[in-house]
Amino acid sequence: MSSAYDATRADEPITDAERRQLHEVWAQPRGWRRFSEINNSVIGFYYLVTALGFLFAGGILALLIRLQLAVPDNTLLSPETYNQVFTMHGTTMMFLFAVPAVEAVAVYLLPQMLGARDLPFPRLSAFGYWCYLFGGILAFSSLFFGIAPDGGWFMYAPLTTSAYSPGINADVWLLGIGFIEISAITAAIEIIVGVLRTRAPGMSLNRIPLFGWYMLVTATMILFGFPPMLLGDALLELQRALDLPFFDANRGGDPLLWQHLFWMFGHPEVYIIFLPAAGIVSMILPTFAQRPFVGYHWAVLGAIGVGFLSFALWVHHMFATGLPHISLSFFSAASMLVVIPNAIQFFCWIATLWLGKPLFKLPMLYLVGFFSVFLIGGLTGVMVAVLPFDWQAHDTYFIVAHLHYVLIGGMVFPLLAGIVYWLPASTGRMMDERLGKIAFWLLFSGFNLAFLPMHWTGLIGMPRRIYTYGADMGWSGLNMASTIGALVLAAGFALFAYAVVHAARRGRQAPDNPWNAGTLEWVEGIPLRKHGFTSVPIIRSRYPAWEQPELAAEVREGRHHLAHARNARRETIVTTAVDARPDYVLALPHPTWIPMITAILVTVCFVSLTFKATSVALVAAVLIIPMLYLWVWRTPAPVGEVVDAGRGLTLPAFVSGPRSVLYSGVTVSLIFDAIAFGALVFSYLYLFTVRGLPWPPAGYPLDDLATAGIPALLALALLAVGMLALRLLRQDRRGLTGMAVAVALALQAGAFAALLAWMRPISATADAYGATVWTLAGYAMAHLAVSAIMAVYVLIALAAGRLSAGRPLALENTERVNRFSALLMLITLALISLFPRIIGHG
Amino acid sequence: MKTPTLPLPCLVVALAALSPFAAMAVEPLQSAVDPRSPAAGDIAFIWWLLLAGGTLIFVGVMTLLLFAMLSRRPRRPVGARLFIVGGGLVFPGVVLSALLVYTVIVGARITAPPADDALQIDVTAQMWWWDVRYRDPDGDGSAFLVTANELRIPVGKPVLLRLHSADVIHSFWVPNLSGKVDMIPGRVNRLTLQADAAGTYRGQCAEFCGLQHSRMALHVVAEPVADWERWVAQRREVPAEPAGDVLQRGRRVFLETGCVACHAVRGVSNPPPGLAPDLTHVGSRPSIGAGLLTNTPGNLAAWIASAQSLKPGSKMPSFHNLDGESLTALAAYLASLE
Repeated sequence: MSSAYDATRADEPITDAERRQLHEVWAQPRGWRRFSEINNSVIGFYYLVTALGFLFAGGILALLIRLQLAVPDNTLLSPETYNQVFTMHGTTMMFLFAVPAVEAVAVYLLPQMLGARDLPFPRLSAFGYWCYLFGGILAFSSLFFGIAPDGGWFMYAPLTTSAYSPGINADVWLLGIGFIEISAITAAIEIIVGVLRTRAPGMSLNRIPLFGWYMLVTATMILFGFPPMLLGDALLELQRALDLPFFDANRGGDPLLWQHLFWMFGHPEVYIIFLPAAGIVSMILPTFAQRPFVGYHWAVLGAIGVGFLSFALWVHHMFATGLPHISLSFFSAASMLVVIPNAIQFFCWIATLWLGKPLFKLPMLYLVGFFSVFLIGGLTGVMVAVLPFDWQAHDTYFIVAHLHYVLIGGMVFPLLAGIVYWLPASTGRMMDERLGKIAFWLLFSGFNLAFLPMHWTGLIGMPRRIYTYGADMGWSGLNMASTIGALVLAAGFALFAYAVVHAARRGRQAPDNPWNAGTLEWVEGIPLRKHGFTSVPIIRSRYPAWEQPELAAEVREGRHHLAHARNARRETIVTTAVDARPDYVLALPHPTWIPMITAILVTVCFVSLTFKATSVALVAAVLIIPMLYLWVWRTPAPVGEVVDAGRGLTLPAFVSGPRSVLYSGVTVSLIFDAIAFGALVFSYLYLFTVRGLPWPPAGYPLDDLATAGIPALLALALLAVGMLALRLLRQDRRGLTGMAVAVALALQAGAFAALLAWMRPISATADAYGATVWTLAGYAMAHLAVSAIMAVYVLIALAAGRLSAGRPLALENTERVNRFSALLMLITLALISLFPRIIGHG
Repeated sequence: MKTPTLPLPCLVVALAALSPFAAMAVEPLQSAVDPRSPAAGDIAFIWWLLLAGGTLIFVGVMTLLLFAMLSRRPRRPVGARLFIVGGGLVFPGVVLSALLVYTVIVGARITAPPADDALQIDVTAQMWWWDVRYRDPDGDGSAFLVTANELRIPVGKPVLLRLHSADVIHSFWVPNLSGKVDMIPGRVNRLTLQADAAGTYRGQCAEFCGLQHSRMALHVVAEPVADWERWVAQRREVPAEPAGDVLQRGRRVFLETGCVACHAVRGVSNPPPGLAPDLTHVGSRPSIGAGLLTNTPGNLAAWIASAQSLKPGSKMPSFHNLDGESLTALAAYLASLE
């Protein structure tokens, strides 16, 4: 499509009938069917409310911790209970509050900020949300039955292996984290493809609202950071359930492997939480400085820099593990280097204020809290990046203080500022200034009273995670102060919650753009609509509300794009990734129960696995397959070939190949998958470097090259047949395509059996080597199974006449997964069979 | 909100609120900011340096920020790019490079191993106590002296600790003397320990290790070299037979109640090593139960009778069926093993 968007001719205004239809198509169903809604604006709101619910639940656990530690030799909580409480406090705050909360803000606000009617995969977001809700509630409620995780939020092996944690507690943690992984990856796919492809026409890369940029970086970090953790969880559960000794030093495993995998995720995690908050700050600050952001490019580069560097820091959580000083020095340097992109962002904020005419409204008060608290957290962060100092501070209350300054300062204060700031956009009403101010001062003084002394408590010797201490230790006074501070902090949160509810019910009506903000989400007025804008706006600047004064009226009157829902379909415009030229119109799914039912089946499957009810788990897992078929089957088909997008612009109603967002979604999923596999390859090579030669270790003979050849040949055949099938479909020879897919199916089954036969002589439990080799092969076999499930769908779709040369998308994506599986097989075979031969195995 | 409220008054209030608590404080038993060794001294110096530098930067940045927030009209002290590059890139770049070089050099000095002839001690952590074995400098490296939950070292002499774990990850940390080093199953970590002044230094496990992580302390007793050598010499001797009826009875109880299944006393019992603390000289140790109780005959009796309520989950059973006299005799016997 040519650049029709810069046509100066405004479109005819929207008619009343069209407006009515637009509202009807996007209306949320009523009654109990309201929960079948999948629109990201609705799901985002559920997400946010749920995340804040978990913030309060985690906060209550924090108060229990503080009450237990208020006085020495306290017996309020038993050691068992205390260990569960502090583990669940950390787990809840990190996994059930912080990450979902930033995802929530993103899916809730991004459509409005980007000018999309909705993000591209609403069903995926809904599925992620329901998984999060069910999994979160299940994991948290384990506390009430005394079976909550008790190994600390970083769950170090071997304490968390069945030898030392025989109960179900650790499994509950792994269960909960499994759900959070699902919701994080679904949100990451939605956000990455959404930010890149559903921006309003004209919103080129250099006009994306900063929050969009920060979320793009964050979602990419989730893509790279979560897989190592997912893999680590899988390995730990395999060791717990099937005795595969990855972390058992007596059988060739290494406890430090868990720490590497955990912190490869765990450190980026901190920035996954902080960057979206920095994005919120970067949205609010220009509004009150009354000028565009100063150093937009610097801030974007800073965010990308933080994203990159955060993956080079994980070992700074392992400074006391006795690794060689020289390698620790490298990570100390990297930890200091990450200060620079953060400092650049900080100075962009100061410069924006400096060059603006700052107005000191309520959200700014919360930003002052952010600046001062986070700055202290950043400075103590530099301190703990210093190797010798960290040897003292590590695992003491100094770290507890530091991490709360970073997370509450860097994430909670911006989030609260964001809630105050966007409350009128959500509800049409303002928060009461006086309530907001009192709540802030309670939060701010309570926070500092609770956490400032903790730095010193740590330096005078108090380690983390102890359930009590003696009166002679000299820690009593400071702990009492922290407890009082925590109570004040809790009062602040309670008052803030009241202020939000009060505002939503009885708050002052807000004018259309109450803060006189410049970004897109404020343009058409408040409260925000479920379909976004009456017409999808054409963007010519970074601050359209300031720089395109005519935009508000034009958008409202429907004079921009797609001011209708003529097909009685939810639709949004997909644009090109770089310069946001209109590309095609994406038909979006309507409310459906499929995501929720699938989430319920996943929940049943995971929970039964946790409680060792394998048959129930199997039934649930099998039932998921038809649900997924139904999911794909119900992907909205286009009505007609083209859609009138207004302003004389006609866009295709369907595309295939890399232009399609569905294609991009699969690409992102495959990257996630590849990183998880990469983490597994890392584990294999890591165990090799720890063990050294002989490799395979004693007791494991080198395999026979001829036997390894069979699965290798099958994998190559699979690659060839898959490509052939796609080529045949492109020539519209559907019968032959079906035969090729059937052959591929047979090859997949054959490859599965060949891998199994090849693995049979290797013991998975005698040594960590065998465990890793089995997991590598199992990973490839699982992918063969998924490819086969997809191939069956392709056969069904072919039979139903849904696939053709013009509509090849389902086969395209299936074929990519098939190719990926074959590749995994070949890499696995090379690692197990060729690698030992190359290094001279013995 | 016409006039912005500063966070400063709030901080002042918070600090003022703190002062009564600070006054309540007793001298901490273990502290990283009361260094008694070269390594701990280096680190404490780095801490004060970091605190001073951090405070300066905090005040500087907050001043810039508040000044910017309070100004009614745009100011342009320097170009925006110069401001961002100067403050965000050049300043931290220079400061952090210097800090990195300095602290890496100090770190290398701290982690340098002592001379080859230094005393070597194997410390094995387990849930939730410390097994301590001195390597015989003249022998084949086997242990000539076994104790638990205490290390005696000569003042002013660097000692090499080899740190092991028998079960999960623990961490060796005596804040007045050194930073912490993890004790990881399957690995042997090394730590150079030195005390500049005679005294008893408390330490405790710093890596969460399960139910009684809070109750896993140890003491490092630093003695002048002559005293230390006398102590070692005494330890090499087999303890004398107990004298008197009470102690004799205590020894009988020790032999007959099942203590000997786990606890070694040289010349009396010899169970497999590592099951429980060696009690050959338990009477001279600063604490019992890995820092749980001060070592008095009364506390020994209490520990024997009710270990499971004092330290639930530990491997030591509660011998609450012992009659009072036997218990007193056993405690007296153990206290006599000096």
